[in-house]
Amino acid sequence: MQRIGVFVCHCGTNIAATVDVKKVVEMAKMEPGVVHAEDYQYMCSEAGQSKIINAIKEKHLTGVVVCSCSPRMHEATFRKAAEKAGLNPYMVEIANIREHCSWIHKDMEEATKKAVILARAAIAKVNLDAPLQPGESQVTKRALVIGGGIAGIQSALDIADAGYEVDIVEKLPSIGGRMSQLDKTFPTLDCSACILTPKMVEAAAHEKINIYTYSEVEKVSGFVGDFTVDIRKKARSVDMSKCTGCGVCSQKCPSKKIPNEFNRGLNNRSAIYIPFAQAIPNVPVIDRENCIKFKTGKCGACAKNCAAGAIDYEQQDEIVTKKYGAIVVATGFDVIKLDQYDEYAYSQSKDVITSLELERLMNAAGPTKGHLERLSDGKAPKNIVFVQCVGSRCSDNRGKSYCSKICCMYTAKHAMLIRDKYPDTNVTVFYIDVRTPGKNFDEFYRRAVEEYGVNYIKGQVGKVIPQPDGTLMVQASDLLDNKQILMEADMVVLAAAIEPNKDVRKIATMLTASIDTNNFLTEAHAKLRPVESPTAGIFLSGVCQGPKDIPETVAQAGAAAVKAIGLLAKDKLTTNPCTAKADPLACNGCSQCMNVCPYGAISYEDVQVNDHGVRETRRVAVVNNALCQGCGACTVTCPSGAMDLQGFSNRQIIAEVDAICR
Amino acid sequence: MKYSYYPGCTLKNKAKDLDTYARASAKALGFELEEIEDWQCCGGVYPLGSDEIATKLSSVRALEQAREKGQDLVTVCSACHHVIKRVNDDMQNVEDIRTRANNYLKFETPYAGETTVLHYLEVLRDRVGFDKIKEKVVNPLKGRKIGAYYGCLLLRPGKILGFDNPENPSIIEDFIRAIGGEPVIYPFRNECCGGYISLKEKDMAQNMCKKIMDSAEGFGAEMLITACPLCMYNLKKNGNGKLPVYYFTELLAEALGVKEEVAE
Amino acid sequence: MSAYTYGNTANAAERIKEISGVNPLKCMKCGKCSATCPAFNEMDIKPHQFVSYVQNGDIEALAQSKSLWKCLSCFACVERCPRDVKPGKLIDAARQIVIREKGQNYLKADEIPELLDDETPQQLLVSAFRRYRR
Repeated sequence: MQRIGVFVCHCGTNIAATVDVKKVVEMAKMEPGVVHAEDYQYMCSEAGQSKIINAIKEKHLTGVVVCSCSPRMHEATFRKAAEKAGLNPYMVEIANIREHCSWIHKDMEEATKKAVILARAAIAKVNLDAPLQPGESQVTKRALVIGGGIAGIQSALDIADAGYEVDIVEKLPSIGGRMSQLDKTFPTLDCSACILTPKMVEAAAHEKINIYTYSEVEKVSGFVGDFTVDIRKKARSVDMSKCTGCGVCSQKCPSKKIPNEFNRGLNNRSAIYIPFAQAIPNVPVIDRENCIKFKTGKCGACAKNCAAGAIDYEQQDEIVTKKYGAIVVATGFDVIKLDQYDEYAYSQSKDVITSLELERLMNAAGPTKGHLERLSDGKAPKNIVFVQCVGSRCSDNRGKSYCSKICCMYTAKHAMLIRDKYPDTNVTVFYIDVRTPGKNFDEFYRRAVEEYGVNYIKGQVGKVIPQPDGTLMVQASDLLDNKQILMEADMVVLAAAIEPNKDVRKIATMLTASIDTNNFLTEAHAKLRPVESPTAGIFLSGVCQGPKDIPETVAQAGAAAVKAIGLLAKDKLTTNPCTAKADPLACNGCSQCMNVCPYGAISYEDVQVNDHGVRETRRVAVVNNALCQGCGACTVTCPSGAMDLQGFSNRQIIAEVDAICR
Repeated sequence: MKYSYYPGCTLKNKAKDLDTYARASAKALGFELEEIEDWQCCGGVYPLGSDEIATKLSSVRALEQAREKGQDLVTVCSACHHVIKRVNDDMQNVEDIRTRANNYLKFETPYAGETTVLHYLEVLRDRVGFDKIKEKVVNPLKGRKIGAYYGCLLLRPGKILGFDNPENPSIIEDFIRAIGGEPVIYPFRNECCGGYISLKEKDMAQNMCKKIMDSAEGFGAEMLITACPLCMYNLKKNGNGKLPVYYFTELLAEALGVKEEVAE
Repeated sequence: MSAYTYGNTANAAERIKEISGVNPLKCMKCGKCSATCPAFNEMDIKPHQFVSYVQNGDIEALAQSKSLWKCLSCFACVERCPRDVKPGKLIDAARQIVIREKGQNYLKADEIPELLDDETPQQLLVSAFRRYRR
């Protein structure tokens, strides 16, 4: 028989205002095995933990139940306390009477009844608990960073500077990401390339960093500290060791009408191309879908003109398999497609553009060499209208429910830069709210209004109306004047919502990392563990976790790196002892458990068994404790009840259910 | 192919052309419009109120008749199409309306939105196919610059009508191409002409029609086509008077070479 | 309009919310409805204001508003509202409340003949009856 202590937490008024904690103590005392019960204002505090420790020592407790908040919050805290008192930590169970009870109920009598039942179930479970010993697993001292934008680059640099090997996997031919497409950055207006390029160079030159561009993660297996990853290096058709980056191949390529992705399709590129001048690596890639040689077998102009003999049409995709201890996801974002917002005439007029397209139009290396002009006729726009929240803050299924966070600031930047460079141009911004929380951010926006004379009007645009003369008419609200405005414009810039990169779903599935309804990766705790995925060993860097600007991205990238370093610095990890275990006497060797195991932790072995005096060799399931994650899929699949989860045994669960139904 | 056909009140009177050209063209294209029996007026306006039942019953009757025949229900008038499609959506998705309507009508089998409602243009696009129509055209309307006037009822609400992209539709433009004409795209093609208020607020209606027609003319349209008798009336009565307005079925009949048959 | 009162009561506002199925609290006050409304200039209470009037329970003002009769029921605001508030439905519900009251018909039978002309389609009359009368 166990000697169980029950500790009921008030959590200030979080629990005590809805649950009669004294009553829970009183009722717990009547449960089998309970030799001690008490309540306290904050069980998680130093004083609260001392109460548990003292009770274990004085009353010789063999099991502990804490009625408190979610085990996700403080299970570890209480287990550590029990361990200090010499108790096996797995003899501690939590009855969650906060999230599961006091927070969701109003009626004290009902809530108290439920809290008592939850306590009873936990006590029943502890009665059947057995001490467990965690095992150990090795840590591979190398990190993988998925995505080579500013988030991925920063995480990689920080991890590498701490002395660990890092591989960056980037889908596109060059690292640099979204930031490489930007012209200037707020709120200081320094040039994006000027601050990003050195970081790209540093990453490429770092002895601990290895960059796989034009590559994708294809398969992930293993677990924290010991992931195995297949990386597909797509055939570049160019030998990176021979190419000098001279660019002659692109000039000679006859297939030149392919929309240039880097410039958001505003101009064209050739089939063999380097995405932008500062690309790393400075090695072109052949876009095989559009290459004449690959389509027809004829041409070969690039190979003929390559002095280094670097063109290799025979090159094949290559799979590299590597082991990693930690994985940082930095897959970034894209802007939404605007086909759901045709009232803004994006698809009807060339002079209606997105803000990211405007970045390219204003960039000296962009399609217009930085000269701001209308795409329809090349004329300088005299009246520019900015529309905010296009697809952001929408709850109508057309757009995104969230605020994209960066648009207010980059629009203020665009407006200011245009007024600065082209003082004759009128700039109007239609806004719903101007959101500028951030250091020097509101000051920045106010400068746009006060010093640069940008015309901010509160109200959304209803329709952009192309005119026969090629100009645009903007029909909008001026809510402060209670008017409907018709404003002439010759360029309209839409602040399109941002969304996580399309590939993130695929990657999250491979990593078994959770994502939310908007495809942003979920953090382990919204406030206290913001850069970790709930899946151990996976860290989140940049916009893949939620909208953020460059400074925030860099800060988060550093934080994710620190978390990864904290993991890599350990030689060994303790593994969760709550793993599956097969009873060789009951196992009938059917293999069903092996088939459902998502971690490949179950294998079959021939073992000698002694079944009621009969000695024989049987084929039975064996669980690899290092691989098992304790998900329990095998235990519910096993037809003979041979598979059991330690710490969550079938008997324990039945006992809990019985205790609830009693 | 046989379809149940709901002509609606106006197609029996002021908009006879819309109806007769539709029937003649259907014949030429190889499908049949079988007018449902004893149909009643749809009311011309979809009753938005969640507590409206009686005003939806005539649509439900028509829908149920089509179901009994195992046919899709085709309309030509934009308003009828709008009302019947939305009532059908209610019958499918709003339990309260479905229950109450069925309690009134007492069909042998309660109606739950089983019928597919199609606008004549949808039949042309999705069932016949514009390519097929192109093949059957004998008098292509070469060189005619035609502005499609969609108005509001055909397109909105986009999610329920599922007719076309409500902000940038293409079905009538594709239709114009199929009959050999040249579509003119102008921004007011999906803005309301003010048909509903044209009875009492004539100034407003004039303003709106003028805006639409000036825009179409500015982009080079020489005529407008519509599927709605109310738009037709309003644009003719209250427009700028410079652009002729036709029913789309009239141009279809002309292109298919069956216009004269109808006239006779 | 006659002097019927619909009251500045929560009750009338609840009735409008019920008939329209609209939750005015979803509104983020972006003004896209009013930006998009083709009848904006003719309206005394603007589409976006309908939302806050209902929220504030000021139904009497809505009942007296000429906007009820100027709304085209074109659904542009319904289609383009980013928050699924759909002010057009509120306007329609307010109109319903008014015309369901006896004697509140915006269209009187004896004024009809002079409104007609040779071309007036049946559809226009039918819909006018449905929109303006009970």
